[in-house]
This record gives sequence, C-alpha cells and structure tokens, in this order.
Amino acid sequence: MKATEQPYAYATLLERLEELYEVEFTWLKVEQLVAGLVNLDRNTQDFILGWAERLLTTNVYISHEFIIRVVEALDRLERRVIEAWAVHAADTFDQQGLRPALAVIQQVDSFLESAHAHAEGVAFDEVESILSTFVCGLSGRRLKLAQGESVYTDSETLYLPNITAKLVKSKDNFLLCKAQVAFMWAQTRFGSFRVDFATAFADYPDRQQALAAFHALDTLRLEAYIERELPGLWRDMQHLENLYDETSCPSPDKGRLGGVSLRLQSPNATINDVLALIPEVLGQSFPPRIYQPRLNPEAVTACMLARMEREKILLRVKLAELVKEHKEETPPDLPLSGEEEEKKEVAPPEFEMREVQEGQGMELVLDDKPIAPPEDVKQLLTSIMLDWGDVPPEFLVPAGDGEYDPSLYQKEEKDIEDVWKGIYHEEGAFLYREWDFARQHYRKNWCVLRELELPPGDPAYVDKVLDKYQGMIKHLRRTFEAMRDENRLLKRQSQGDDVDIDALVEALADSRDGSEMSDKLFQHMHRADRSMAVMFMVDMSGSTKGWINDAEREALVMLCEVLEKLGDSYAIYGFSGIGRKRCEIYRIKAFDDLYNSATKARIAGIVPKDYTRLGVAIRHLTEKLNTVEAKTRLLITLSDGKPEDYFDIYNTQYGIEDTRQALFEARRTGIHPFCITIDQRGKDYLPHMYGHANWVEIDDVKKLPLKVADIYRRLTS
Amino acid sequence: MENAANATNHALIHDPSTYLIEKEPYYVPVGNEITLFEAAYANHLPLLLKGPTGCGKTRFMEYMAWRLRRPMITVSCHDDLTTSDLVGRYLVKNGETVWVDGPLTRAVRSGGICYLDEIVEARKDTMVVIHPLADDRRIMPIEKLGQLLEAPDSFCLAISYNPGYQSVLKELKQSTRQRFVAIEFDYPKPALEREIIMHETGLAPAVTDKLLKLAEMTRNLKDNGLEEGASTRLLVHAGKLISKGVEPRAACQGAIALALTDDSDMIAAINELIGALF
Repeated sequence: MKATEQPYAYATLLERLEELYEVEFTWLKVEQLVAGLVNLDRNTQDFILGWAERLLTTNVYISHEFIIRVVEALDRLERRVIEAWAVHAADTFDQQGLRPALAVIQQVDSFLESAHAHAEGVAFDEVESILSTFVCGLSGRRLKLAQGESVYTDSETLYLPNITAKLVKSKDNFLLCKAQVAFMWAQTRFGSFRVDFATAFADYPDRQQALAAFHALDTLRLEAYIERELPGLWRDMQHLENLYDETSCPSPDKGRLGGVSLRLQSPNATINDVLALIPEVLGQSFPPRIYQPRLNPEAVTACMLARMEREKILLRVKLAELVKEHKEETPPDLPLSGEEEEKKEVAPPEFEMREVQEGQGMELVLDDKPIAPPEDVKQLLTSIMLDWGDVPPEFLVPAGDGEYDPSLYQKEEKDIEDVWKGIYHEEGAFLYREWDFARQHYRKNWCVLRELELPPGDPAYVDKVLDKYQGMIKHLRRTFEAMRDENRLLKRQSQGDDVDIDALVEALADSRDGSEMSDKLFQHMHRADRSMAVMFMVDMSGSTKGWINDAEREALVMLCEVLEKLGDSYAIYGFSGIGRKRCEIYRIKAFDDLYNSATKARIAGIVPKDYTRLGVAIRHLTEKLNTVEAKTRLLITLSDGKPEDYFDIYNTQYGIEDTRQALFEARRTGIHPFCITIDQRGKDYLPHMYGHANWVEIDDVKKLPLKVADIYRRLTS
Repeated sequence: MENAANATNHALIHDPSTYLIEKEPYYVPVGNEITLFEAAYANHLPLLLKGPTGCGKTRFMEYMAWRLRRPMITVSCHDDLTTSDLVGRYLVKNGETVWVDGPLTRAVRSGGICYLDEIVEARKDTMVVIHPLADDRRIMPIEKLGQLLEAPDSFCLAISYNPGYQSVLKELKQSTRQRFVAIEFDYPKPALEREIIMHETGLAPAVTDKLLKLAEMTRNLKDNGLEEGASTRLLVHAGKLISKGVEPRAACQGAIALALTDDSDMIAAINELIGALF
C-alpha cells in the first residue's frame, strides 16, 4: 500500500489557490480558505480541491464559496452528499444563474433537508417516459405528461411536480406518481369533468367549500372505478394511503362519508350523482388522499372549451373526407336511371353511432353500413365521447365546402424563421445535453437546436462543377460502378442451389484416382445485399469562407454523383450556429430527398455561417441516422478545424471532450463516425475525438473533391 | 400416436406429403372464413391470409387441412429462401446426382395444401415461382428436370402475410397479390378471445378478463413505441403459465412484456400496466 501522503503545507495551498482563483484579477481572498484546508488530511484536501476545480469551470465565485462552506460541513455530510450538493449547485447555475446557485452553496443545511428529496425522491425526467407509456396503454384520450407546479390535469395534460418525495422510499415515491397519473386518467376517463363548473356551483354560497365536497365525493366514485378496473393499482394505492397515515396523523374522518360512499361505489354512479350528493356532505372536512390531485376547474374549462370546438369541426371535416373516399371505393353497380340518380345526389350521407353489441362499444355507421374509421378518427370519436358522454348528432354531419378552413381546427404552429427574432424561444426546438468534462456530468438541455431550410443557390452550379471535373468524374463513376455489389454465381461451394458439374467431375476423377474427394461441389447465387446509410455532416462555419467552402461544395457534388451510381442511401446536412442557444442544422439532402435540381441548388447554396459547435450537431444527426434502416451506418464529418464557438468555453478542451462524448454516444448506437479534415493540426485532437483510425487529413484543399469520394470508397469496401 | 410419442420421449417421424392431422384442431371461426376458404378451394383459387402475428392464421390452416382431410406442407419463408429451396435441387449421393423435391413440388405431387407462411420475408425473385401455380394454369414447371407438373384438383396454395410491418421492403407485389383470394384476420372480438383463452388454458373467467384487458392496453400502445400489441397467442402463453401456478404478474412479464419488446422503458411501462391489473 502507498504510504499516507503528507498534507499540503500552508504555503503550497496558498500558492495553489492563488493560482486557481487568479487572485490578482479577481481580488478573491484565499487566506481564509487555506486556513480551513491546512488542518485536513491529504485525502480530504485532494477531494475538496478536486471539486473546487470542477466547479471553477462553471463559475469562480461558486467554487470559492464551496471551499468556505464545505470545510465547516465536513463533519455532517458524507462525501456522496457533498458531490450531489456541488453538482446541484452547478445545475442551478446552468438553469437559473449565479445568485440562486450561490444560495444553494451557502445554505448547506437546506440542501441537507432536500438531500432526501434528491436521494429518495423521483424526478419527473425519470418517470416521464415510463408513465406516459403507461397512461397511453390505459384506454381513452391520448394524454400528455408535463412538469408543473402541482399535481393536476386540464383534461389533456397531466402535470406532475419536478420531484416527488412525499414518502420515505424512492420505490414508493414512484408508485405515488403512478397512482397520481392513474387517478387523473380516471378523471378524464370516467367523466369527472362533464360538469359546467361555471354554473353547477353557483347556488352554493361558498363556492370553494362546494368544490371541495365535489372533489372528495368524486374521489370516492373514481376509487371505486379504479378498484374495479385496475385492482393491482388499487392495492398499491391503499398501501400508499397506509404509509401516509403512518407519517401524518391518522384521520378519524375517513369513515364519515360512509353512507354516501356506498351510493358512489355503484358501477352506475355518474358525475351527476356526485353533484346531487354535495348538499348532504357540505361543510364536512375531507382529509385528502395522498394521491389525490388538485382540482383546477379553470384550467379544465378553458382546455375543454377550446377542444370541443376544435374537435367538432375536425370530426366533420374528417367525415367529409371519409364520405369522399367511400364513394371512390364503391362505384354504383348499375347505372341508375335519371330519376334515381337525382334522388341519390339529394340524399346527404348519414353517419350514425351505433352500439355493436351489449357492452361492446360503439361503431360508426354510414348509410346503414358499419365502416371502420382510420385510427385518427377513432381517437377523435373517443375524445368526443369522453367530453360529451356520446357523440352529439350535429357532430356527425360531414363538413360542407366552406368549412375546410384549417385555422378553425388546427393548433397554431409558429413559423421557424420567426422564432429567432426577438428574445430566444426554446419552443419547438430540439434540446440537447452537453458533456462538461470538468464537471464529469452532462449539462441538461444545454443546447437549443433548430433545423432550418437552406436558401437555394445557383441552379447551374452543379453543371459547372461537372464540367470542370469531367474526366475525373468519369473515372470515379467507373470505380464506383465496379464496387456495386451484383448478383453473381459462386462456384465450388460446400452448399448451394445446384450441383457444380465441373467440380463434381473433377471430384469423381480425384476419387477414382485414390485422392480425397472435395466436398465443394455446389454453386451458389450470391445476391447483392449492400445495406449502407451514410450521413455527411458539413462544416458551415465562418472559417470555411472562400476556397474551403468551394472545395466542400465541389466534394459534395462529386460524392452525390458517385453515390447515385452506387445506390447507397445518403443524406447531407450542414451545421453552424452562435452560442449554445442558437445551434443550427441545415438540410441539404435528407435520406428521402432525391438528387434533383432542388437538392443541387441547395448544395450550391451552402455558404459559410458562424461557428462549429460539433457535439450538438453530432447528437442531432445521430438521431436522424438511427431512424434509417441499414446494416451499416456511417457518420462522416467534413471539417476544417477544431470545435469552437463564439467567445465560449467550447473553444477549449471542453469542446473537444463534448465532441468525443457525442461520438461515444453515436458509437453506442452502432454508428461508425469518421472525420475528413483539412486542418493540418488535426492530429493534435482528432485521434482523441474520433479514435486513431477514424480520421484523415487532406493536406491540399484543392484535392478535397477528389479525395472525399476516394475515401468513401475505401471506407465502405 | 401422441401418447406413444410422449411415452418414449422420441419424436415421431411423419412424411409431410402423406401426414394427415388426426385430431380436430381447436378453432373458433371469427367470420365467414371457413365458407370462403371452402368455396375458393372448390374453385381452385389460391388463398392469401392477412393479419397480425399470433391472431390464428396458422391455426386456421391446420383446421382447414383437418377439415378437408389433406396433408399440409408449411414453409416458413425467410430472406435467404431460394427458388431451389421451394422447387427442389440435385444433390450428390454416392458419386451420383440425385434429384430431391422441394416442399412446394412435394405438395403439388401429393395434391396437398402448401402453406407459405410470412411470404413477404422471401425474396421477390423467389416469390415468382408460385405465379404459374396461382393462376388458372395451375402448373409448375421444373426446368432442371424438364417436367411440367399439373396440379391435381386437391392441391391448394395458401400464403400468409402481415401487413402491419409498414416497410417498403416487405410489401407484396401487385402481380403476386392479385392472384389470390384474400381473407383478413384480426384479433378476435373480446367475447370470442375470452372463449379461446379459456378453452386453451383452462383459466377462470376473472383472470381471463384481466388478460384481455392487458391485451387491450398493449394494443393501445401500437405505434406508440410498440410495433404490435399482444397477440392472442401471447395471451394463451401467459394463461398457460398462470394455470400451471406461476404468479400472474411474473407470467405476464415473461410471456407478454418481454416477448413484445426489448426496450427497457417500454418493458417497465408494460410491467406497470401488469402491476395495475393483477
């Protein structure tokens, strides 16, 4: 074992911290810190200094404050908690800025209290994916999950808080989230909101009191439904109630609703029964259930009104489309006489909802014949039935010609171009995390990325390039044509479709001769099966201005020409941006796009833009590439230098480490990344990012157009 | 026969071109598929069975083979299936070449039913060999033998495919599909599915209803992370495990959740659904 090292001496610590905090510029006082640290053992000193350095990359004041506070908190906190505390402070800085982050550092004890929440609580991010699938599996309207201040639903979105930590164990906290989600689902599914909140409570002098009674009674009704429909969950919910009773005081009131609860537990109980029973229990206190969400009548009413209007017209438009499709499918069998024909045109198509069989649901009927509506119409009908109880007849009238105005039923979508104007909007953009190597953690939702259209350039550009490289292209095409995997007959195989007569004759001769007979007597048809998808990521940073940009575009033209010959599926995207809030991806050719004049014009339109934030671009394009079906997936970056961004930490080792991490992530999903660079200092950082064999440097930019195609050939054959 | 096999723990060897199914396979008709099949069979029309996996297509074929008292030869298609695999090939035996019939040829010669399961999995160039058999010519040219087989009246060609996989690569060519009479299958209606599960597994009605609810839930997840919901077959698997005494949650997790997907979040979500029901 290594001998315990001596603690750092006062002078060493002083020098190190002065250097760390650059005291001649920042004027921070480090003597107090050194005094705190000097009496600790070496291991603890290293631990604290290590975290101080990691925090320093986030903010110098946070790091400074951290050392002050951590020394006095050392006795009380385990190292694991200290690490969580530091990371939480850094996360707070990312999301809210310096002041709240300093508050986190300064109030160690309040963190300690909430440390439980962090250790045993469940975060919304952790449960979102599982529970939104869970709620999708339950029947009814498709509900969304979102993070909110409290637990409630507006009948379309279920809101859960950032962290649920009401119970001691994380397992139970997860169950609680599940119960809350299921309860809110039950509210929408079993008609809790089929109430006019504006008028139903008007007669009660104290509206809040009446609403509380309503909510409590409805809870009884819904619990009975859940007990019948989801018995396993109901057991869990009772378990949660018991846990809750143990922690809070058991409430004597729970049995008092006894009389009414029997009536509400009947399978036929509706929301109207709940309304009718309110006067009987008015004024009582109703201890809330642990999983009971808050009732938010305003949100529900606003959401429902908008939806009911929208869905009515949407359904009528969809039905009109259905009628049209139906007419095309079933042409009249016999030519009708003039009179009959007139009649036929006059009679409008009639839709109807009919019960299939006792308790087997409803089906849509057109002119007396049941029809199977497409999935979206089914969803719509379900949603309407949930709001109205059934489908009102006026909803079933197909829309007339004048009612096709999409603005009436489509949710408004913002124009992407407008979003950058004014203050930054993150709405509708893709959010990506970024790896902070100093912190050894991801910065969550750090980069805001948008996919933009590239304005087309000179349509004749591609032809000019083809002229310029005429001879070369011919040669390249030939080489690539030879690479095409074609069906070919393989002779002398040990297995195959047919006997290889030549081989058989030889083998028979051999065996007469006394030598061993070969078993390779068959011929086999080898079928072409080259399944390759390649994504080209083109650097559109400002530094490519001039001949580099020209070379890039020419290289892409050559590539497209040969890839079309080869038949591999390929896409080309450009990337650029300023800062983490404005990362941009430009579509030049998507996998589905053809290599046509529009694509050619977009290649011509590639212009130098801003900076190179590589990591986020890799993450986005990796996702795209992974949606394509192929045996081999390649991500090829055409770049002219290091990752960099506008006066940003990204220009340092941070950017290189984030890119490396993004490439790791890509590799984990089965993608092979490769980099083609013209940066002569590439060997300093590319092996670290891409690995030793996965990059190539081109020393002469003029050769880029020819080389790229050649490299691709070598890579894929 | 079955008992003998069980007693000796040895597989019985049957010749597929003569083997008849003795015992009536359990099959509950969903619609008019039996009449349709019989009418098509009488008129020498080939059949195309469409439907999601595990909804009873193969069981229906077994039932029809039993009903019509014909031997059935099933070929499970895959992307390496070549024409020779269907028609036949020369093999070398004792220094001589010997012709061996493929399953399709055998079915034609013996006047049985040839069932090509999941036909879209086969390569497109392989599929065309069934064309002359599937129209009114009902012939099968065997080039390598220089023979032209004319199918007897009792021969029947049936193929199955699952239109659920929305992949361009796995679509049936028009020239193929337009030769067939199509029968569409779907998961049986709840009442029927209930009957089937209870018959196959011997479960109590209460547990069966929970299984059906679970099936409904997973079918809601189709296109929301799942390619397919739980098929009737999976429900029967889970039911059989439960009736053997496996704890219902564990049975459903093994037979349904893990069988449906590999995605860990999806498995967790389905497990939560199972937990909510049982």
